[in-house]
Amino acid sequence: MNTSLLPLNSLLALSQREELVDLPKNYPLSASEDEGDSDGERKHQKLLEAISSLDGKNRRKLAERSEASLKVSEFNVSSEGSGEKLVLSDLLEPVKTSSSLAIVKKQLNRVKSKTTVELPLNKEEVERIHREVAFRKTSQALSKWDPIVQKNRRAKQLVFPLDRKHSAFAPIEHVLSGWKARTPLEQEIFNLLHKNKQPVTDPLLTPVEKASLKAMSLEEAKMRREVLQRARALQSYYEAKARREKKIKSKKYHKVVKKGKAKKALKEFEHLQKVNPTAALEELEKIEKARMMERMSLKHQNSGKWAKSKAIMAKYDLEARQAMQEQLAKNKELTQKLQVASESEGEEEGAEEEEEPIVPNAVNKVQMNAGGLNPWMLRSCTSDTREAEIQKDPKQPSEPVVHEVSESEGEEGPMVEEEILMKEFKERQSLRKRSELKQDTELVGSEETKDSSSQEVLSELRALSQKLNKKNHQFRKQKVSSAEAVVQVQREQSATEEEDPLLLQRPERVQTLEELEELGKEGCFQNKELPRPVLEGQCSERNPNNRPDASKEKKKKEQMIDLQNLLTTKPPSVKSLAVPTTIEELEDKEERDQKQVIKEAFAGDDVIRDFLREKREAVEASKPKDLDLTLPGWGEWGGVGLKPSAKKRRWFLIKAPEGPPRKDKNLPNVIINEKRNIHAAAHQVRVLPYPFTHHQQFERTIQTPIGSTWNTQRAFQKLTTPKVVTKPGHIIRPIKAEDVGYRSSSRSDLSVMQRNPNRLSARHKKHLKKNSID
Amino acid sequence: METAPKPGRGVPPKKDKLQAKSKKRRRYWEEETDPTTAGASPGPTPNKKRNRQFRPQRPKNACIPKKSRISKKPQLPKKPREWKNPDPQRSLSGAQDPFPGPAPIPVEVAQKFCRIDKSKKLPHSKPKTRSRLEVAEAEEEETSVKAARSELLLAEEPGFLEGEDGEDTAKIRQADIVEAVDIASAAKHFDLNLRQFGPYRLNYSRTGRHLAFGGRRGHVAALDWVTKRLMCEINVMEAVRDIRFLHSEALLAVAQNRWLHIYDNQGIELHCIRRCDRVTRLEFLPFHFLLATASETGFLTYLDVSVGKIVAALNARAGRLDVMTQNPYNAVIHLGHSNGTVSLWSPAMKEPLAKILCHRGGVRAVTVDSTGTYMATSGLDHQLKIFDLRGTFEPLSARTLPQGAGHLSFSQRGLLVVGMGDVVNIWAGQGKASPPSLEKPYLTHRLSGHVHGLQFCPFEDVLGVGHSGGITSMLVPGAAEPNFDGLESNPYRSRKQRQEWEVKALLEKVPAELICLDPRALAEVDIISLEQQKKERIERLGYDPEAKAPFQPKPKQKGRSSTANLVKRKRKVMDKEHRDKVRQSLQEQQQHKQEKAKPMGTWPSALDRFVH
Repeated sequence: MNTSLLPLNSLLALSQREELVDLPKNYPLSASEDEGDSDGERKHQKLLEAISSLDGKNRRKLAERSEASLKVSEFNVSSEGSGEKLVLSDLLEPVKTSSSLAIVKKQLNRVKSKTTVELPLNKEEVERIHREVAFRKTSQALSKWDPIVQKNRRAKQLVFPLDRKHSAFAPIEHVLSGWKARTPLEQEIFNLLHKNKQPVTDPLLTPVEKASLKAMSLEEAKMRREVLQRARALQSYYEAKARREKKIKSKKYHKVVKKGKAKKALKEFEHLQKVNPTAALEELEKIEKARMMERMSLKHQNSGKWAKSKAIMAKYDLEARQAMQEQLAKNKELTQKLQVASESEGEEEGAEEEEEPIVPNAVNKVQMNAGGLNPWMLRSCTSDTREAEIQKDPKQPSEPVVHEVSESEGEEGPMVEEEILMKEFKERQSLRKRSELKQDTELVGSEETKDSSSQEVLSELRALSQKLNKKNHQFRKQKVSSAEAVVQVQREQSATEEEDPLLLQRPERVQTLEELEELGKEGCFQNKELPRPVLEGQCSERNPNNRPDASKEKKKKEQMIDLQNLLTTKPPSVKSLAVPTTIEELEDKEERDQKQVIKEAFAGDDVIRDFLREKREAVEASKPKDLDLTLPGWGEWGGVGLKPSAKKRRWFLIKAPEGPPRKDKNLPNVIINEKRNIHAAAHQVRVLPYPFTHHQQFERTIQTPIGSTWNTQRAFQKLTTPKVVTKPGHIIRPIKAEDVGYRSSSRSDLSVMQRNPNRLSARHKKHLKKNSID
Repeated sequence: METAPKPGRGVPPKKDKLQAKSKKRRRYWEEETDPTTAGASPGPTPNKKRNRQFRPQRPKNACIPKKSRISKKPQLPKKPREWKNPDPQRSLSGAQDPFPGPAPIPVEVAQKFCRIDKSKKLPHSKPKTRSRLEVAEAEEEETSVKAARSELLLAEEPGFLEGEDGEDTAKIRQADIVEAVDIASAAKHFDLNLRQFGPYRLNYSRTGRHLAFGGRRGHVAALDWVTKRLMCEINVMEAVRDIRFLHSEALLAVAQNRWLHIYDNQGIELHCIRRCDRVTRLEFLPFHFLLATASETGFLTYLDVSVGKIVAALNARAGRLDVMTQNPYNAVIHLGHSNGTVSLWSPAMKEPLAKILCHRGGVRAVTVDSTGTYMATSGLDHQLKIFDLRGTFEPLSARTLPQGAGHLSFSQRGLLVVGMGDVVNIWAGQGKASPPSLEKPYLTHRLSGHVHGLQFCPFEDVLGVGHSGGITSMLVPGAAEPNFDGLESNPYRSRKQRQEWEVKALLEKVPAELICLDPRALAEVDIISLEQQKKERIERLGYDPEAKAPFQPKPKQKGRSSTANLVKRKRKVMDKEHRDKVRQSLQEQQQHKQEKAKPMGTWPSALDRFVH
């Protein structure tokens, strides 16, 4: 926009300038003329405006010449009419570019490009930043102490001063070894002992005896030493030789060596052919493999870097040409196919020639087998046999090959066996298949038979089950006959069941209608066992909500009965003499009489009823009380004999939350006091210590007693070791970085920081900058 | 009190027990092996084969199958060796330990000393807490193993009486036993004929070395009953209702007709406590230094003998109290009442801790065994019952006795003696921790007068019976604990040792208010006050500091942390929590319904399936 406006602006400026120029010209004109002109002009203007307004668009007001007095002044330049602000550069810009103004422009640009220097931060902020950086640094420096602090906090016991050396107890032998005889008697004894080489610590064997046990015969030792010496010497020779050869740079020499090797390999191959044709075949296969490798690779095909350079030289250099030829020939040789087995001599020769690169492969392999290419590696091996091996044949590759061959031969044996086995297996499989086919045909029939057999079994089962059912039925009948006895049992159990419906024990299962009837007769006693036919749809009535209402009165009765049961448990039937021979046992009759007597005696005081009453009272007393906030006469009539309405009472009754179940809820013969023992509670822990979140966790940690009454002496001492032990008479110095294994002392770092924060600020300028920007 | 065994702390081993048995056995064999001489003379019981053998019980550990054993060092050879010595295990003598490391301990034995109840599930704990718990468990295991290992030092084994197949041990007379045992043991059976001063009450000191007895007609005496050395003998010229040693044999409390008197072992009256009047029964709680007295006026008074102050005087509101015993496990006093109940008391509470209805008639005698597990009661309805005190208070067994038992007492190993008329019956259980079976008596004995007081002697297989004809000390094999804790109650202690022990015991005195039904409850956190404190704190602070902090959405960039977005995120989390809560409550409701539905009536019948 600006750029597009710029020429326009300049145009405007130009027009203004023209105006300026024109003005003096107009000046001498008469005023009347001027006026008349101006009137007409104005009208024209208005017309134009009206037309333009008709168009609806705000047209740019064209700068036009109008009254000069309004627009032109000596003192300022008016930009009215253009609708644009005047820019400094506009003034500078000439109509034509002038060199003098360019300098000013440059200066202006320079001024523009220069930024102002920011105000320095005020003191507080700088200090804050310093503090922040210092804090960060310090906390970083301190954080490396964290693991140590954690460890010390977790430690069971800290012994100050912190000596890392533990005085581990030494066995008596070690103590004795450092011990010296001082008194004359001791010295004498020790002299005697040492003279006889009597062992001080290990009396089973004297050192002499031990040595003699370990010793060998002299000749044997000598022989052994000789062997070892020889081996060592040989090894050193070989090593020296290998080192020397490795150093030789002559290509020719190496070529000769290679050729020699090849020849040797060839000879051996020939020898092999004579001695062991199969091994030779193996060798041939190897050659074949090498051929394959050659065909695969781009080696010897004059496509390498060296070959290309040679190709350039080949035109002029005969040697280069020859070398290339050699390469190609080699390739040909290698890729030439061999006639296996009955090969002709010539071809064989070719093969022989070929062998040159192949044999080293084999050699390599062999050496690998021998335990690595590097003879230096072998040095470490201590076993004499190995050494011997190395000395014997570092350059005899064929032997291991033979081994391999023999191995492969050995492998052939089992292979054959396997094949045989496989064959047999296949035969069997085929046989089986056939038989299966046969069986398939047979199966249909057999299945039928099976079905019939299973049916038989089923029928048997049915018969059995019928029998069982019959038995059951009989049993049930018996049960019905003994129903009354059962009822008694139920009575005994009913009380406990009442108390704890969850632990319901069902003594009898209602199985027949007769039983149902039986049970229905004495349903008054056991509503639990009350069998209601479900078909009647009384499920809702069986709700436990309804039940207590119906059985409230019965409950008490049952409890009483239960108590009576408790108190009148039958004495064990076994009668043994409770009294020595002199006192005769009471006979049953007498006993019964006595019981009668006792019953009569206690007929008056009903102990059980009293106890139950007492229990009920205790239960009532321990129940949390409801809070009644009813105000009589509030909102209704009050007075003597008037009670607040039931609705109101219900409204204002705050029900107390039901407390935990009583401990003696299921114990009819016990009243347990539920009151808290405040005096004992004063001794109990009432604040959970730090890491624990639940009281059960803490309780578990204090369940083991630590007193000496309950523990052995050792255990007691261990359980009551103090957390911190200070050695008397020792200076306890603060922990140092060196103590814990840190090399640089962090303290010096810290002290520096604390001493001169100015230096710190210089050091952390970068950091500071960052912070200030933030 | 459960204590780890600490046998033989510098104490000469007691030899009489085992030796008695072995010696006696040999004598029996001798009698058996020379029938030629015995058969020649027409003895009174030649055909009667009484081949009782008082042989020492085989240690139970021997028959435990060696399946699981705790071994501290199973991987001994792996231990890093610090010594340059190539063979550090070799000892000075050069011999190698064939069983290196500490002896393995059977798990069952160590289990006995474990106190942490691992069956209880703990709420999820943070790693720091977990590490603490692990430390506690490791400590427990270590200490239990150590305790189990030290059990090896309990050299003595309890003796017992075994009849030949089918023979009733109750038919064995004291004379036979005395004849069979060694002289030292035989000397422990004796009769004191003291017909003049009426029926006697008696009491052994805690070490079992001293015996004090008081006759109804004022005769009070104390003696070292093993050596039969009389310490004092006086007549208090007043009816003696009960007599009891205090913490040591040097002090003696005598409940006389009017007041309670305290004498020393010279017979010099030290105190006359007039606040305890008309005392009928005395009990001494050794760890609390409390003398509990039950009076005719119906008060149970606790007297702290270490400071001479009455700690508590509780009105039992049940008339005359003349049946009292203590539970040695938790120091709770059991009182028997005429309305057939037994009430359990602690000095810290004005009301009884518990009331148990035991008999239809009045309770005549109560006793509690040493482990505090079983209580035996006898009532006017001629019944003898054994109750389980571990929470249920239900009778385990009952038996009607022809005359009804007037006196009961448990021995250290759980034998129950019943005194009825002039007869004493002893009932034994199967093992140490089992209640005595009331099928067949183990031993019976007839005395020259009616029984008035009974007590088993601690650490001796002896039962002391006070009766109208004097005192009888009878032998009951297998009654007492064979091993004693030399620091706790040492029968052979010297005067110096006794004084030392007295100081230590006084220092370790348990405050009286700590007596409660379950002493292990003291090791629990007081939840009520804990919660109350929490509530108070919340009130004080105005917020719950431990409550879960409300979800605060993380600030996000690129305009995604607008206020609307924050609110949206917050609401999302809130809604989720709400949903979870609702779901949980619904589940709970369902469960509740199911639970309610279950016990509704009978089990669902087979016809139920047609209804739905």
